[in-house]
Amino acid sequence: MSEHHIKLPEGSIEKTTTTLNLGPTHPATHGVFQNILELDGERIVSSEQTVGYIHRAFEKLAERRPLYQITPLTDRLNYCSSPLNNMGWHLTCEKLLGIKTPKRVDYLRIIIMELARISDHLICNSIVGVDAGAYTGFLYVMQYRELIYEIYEEVCGSRLTTNIGRIGGFERNFNDIAFQKLEKFLAEYPAVLKEFENLFQRNRIFMERTQGTGAITAERALNYGFTGPNLRAAGVDYDVRIHTPYSSYEDFQFNIPVGTTGDNYDRWLVRGKEMWESLSIIKQAYQKVQEFKGAEAEVFHADVPEYFLPEKEDVYTKMEALIWHFKIIMGETKIPAGEVYHSIEAANGELGFYLISDGGRTPYRLHFRRPCFIYYQAYAELTKGGMLSDAIMTMSSLNLIAGEMDA
Amino acid sequence: MLTNEHIKQRLTEKFGEGVGNFEEPYGLLSFEAPKDLNLKVLNFLYDDEELKFRFLTDLCAVHYPDNTGKELAVVYHLHNMVDNIRLRFKVFTDIKTPDVYTATGLFSAANWMERETFDFYGVNFLGHPNLKRILNVDEMDYFPLRKEFPLEDQSRIDKDDEMFGRG
Repeated sequence: MSEHHIKLPEGSIEKTTTTLNLGPTHPATHGVFQNILELDGERIVSSEQTVGYIHRAFEKLAERRPLYQITPLTDRLNYCSSPLNNMGWHLTCEKLLGIKTPKRVDYLRIIIMELARISDHLICNSIVGVDAGAYTGFLYVMQYRELIYEIYEEVCGSRLTTNIGRIGGFERNFNDIAFQKLEKFLAEYPAVLKEFENLFQRNRIFMERTQGTGAITAERALNYGFTGPNLRAAGVDYDVRIHTPYSSYEDFQFNIPVGTTGDNYDRWLVRGKEMWESLSIIKQAYQKVQEFKGAEAEVFHADVPEYFLPEKEDVYTKMEALIWHFKIIMGETKIPAGEVYHSIEAANGELGFYLISDGGRTPYRLHFRRPCFIYYQAYAELTKGGMLSDAIMTMSSLNLIAGEMDA
Repeated sequence: MLTNEHIKQRLTEKFGEGVGNFEEPYGLLSFEAPKDLNLKVLNFLYDDEELKFRFLTDLCAVHYPDNTGKELAVVYHLHNMVDNIRLRFKVFTDIKTPDVYTATGLFSAANWMERETFDFYGVNFLGHPNLKRILNVDEMDYFPLRKEFPLEDQSRIDKDDEMFGRG
């Protein structure tokens, strides 16, 4: 602020700190946001965060879109795990519309959601490594994120911004290739994850870099509204999948890993352990899916013609299907008035959708509870007094995603 | 085990006529209070040995332009993690003097959530340590999520499409 020419009183000590602008575009922030840091040497005295560089007014846009057109907006929240956001949105709509999905749909959704969780944690944990100077792990695991993306591709046709699933189920049944790729993933990934862990977990340098940095107590974390792996690393076993099960998570056996210190190392460990739990959930879900026989094995959506698009073939040959097709596309199907809050355990924590419908064709109001936005405000407190290089690692271990922050 | 019925009873015992409009849409207890009671209610929910609503899940605003004198609603979603029960709490405010007390003293999480609410709806949170825009540019002089700013109508015909290369 040199242009203000602050006149200091007599005997004042001149400013001895350095102001450093970290971002808005900086290779180490992995996203578009700015940190204005006051540095004393390499130590951070104070910092201020600026967000909003990729704000796209999704909440406003949603007020003019029928429910099904909002799914592609949710893709762009946490774009490392779009399917989780998509599923969260479908589940919110289904809650509002009172749709009950068949078990097979729930299990298929769980497979996709847990794959998304793995791909998100994989990126986060390997990026922590990159920021510590260890590039190998990142490149090594990338081919398995690729495999996960190929599975998405078989199901919905796209990879990053997936727009996967529909209100009531999936757009199509999983094909054989999808299941073959899933089997390949389940067979090969555990060994890769083990090796990835071996690269870091007991690595002296990595431990020295991460232990005791960016730490937060459980009490502060709760007060700051932390959820997800970041809260669990501080020792609170809160997980939406357990506390308010959705999509039949109650049918599964899994553990919630927790940390003790809430520092960068614990966050890394919790995410690592969660990947193992996700793998186990996928295995269980795949087994359950295989148990469906005959006509049941063909079910991939709920029987809700008002909201689920009919088969293209039927649209061309059957009157009723044609009518539903047009009504759905034009957003003319009946939406009940009501207020609903639904949340899911997304990769970064509790992703909530607060949807108010006045019975019109579009939401009256839609608010996204974005976990990233809420816990990023603790960043100043987490990095104060620490080294600049640790602050970079704190940023990546919190898994800050600009898309989710700005909405 | 804490039930919606019991929470409602405790609140009416404490605040009498102050709290009202109890509803349970989709199983979530929802109620209203006058805006000058918001901190008293939040504090009571936080401190009470039985209620323990100590986690602020979400905070946002809603604009109802036809609701004269109560145009803006500030909505709090609170969570009691011990008994795993949630509730929704609303205060309404006049749009001409949209002053509501800040919850930042109770929840650090409220800081940015209130800044966001201010940014989009212009709710003035009294006592907030740093109430300025967060997602929009500082120079913006309106509150874009209010209903008087409709998105462009997709069916409008007064635009010359040729100018946009789609003629």
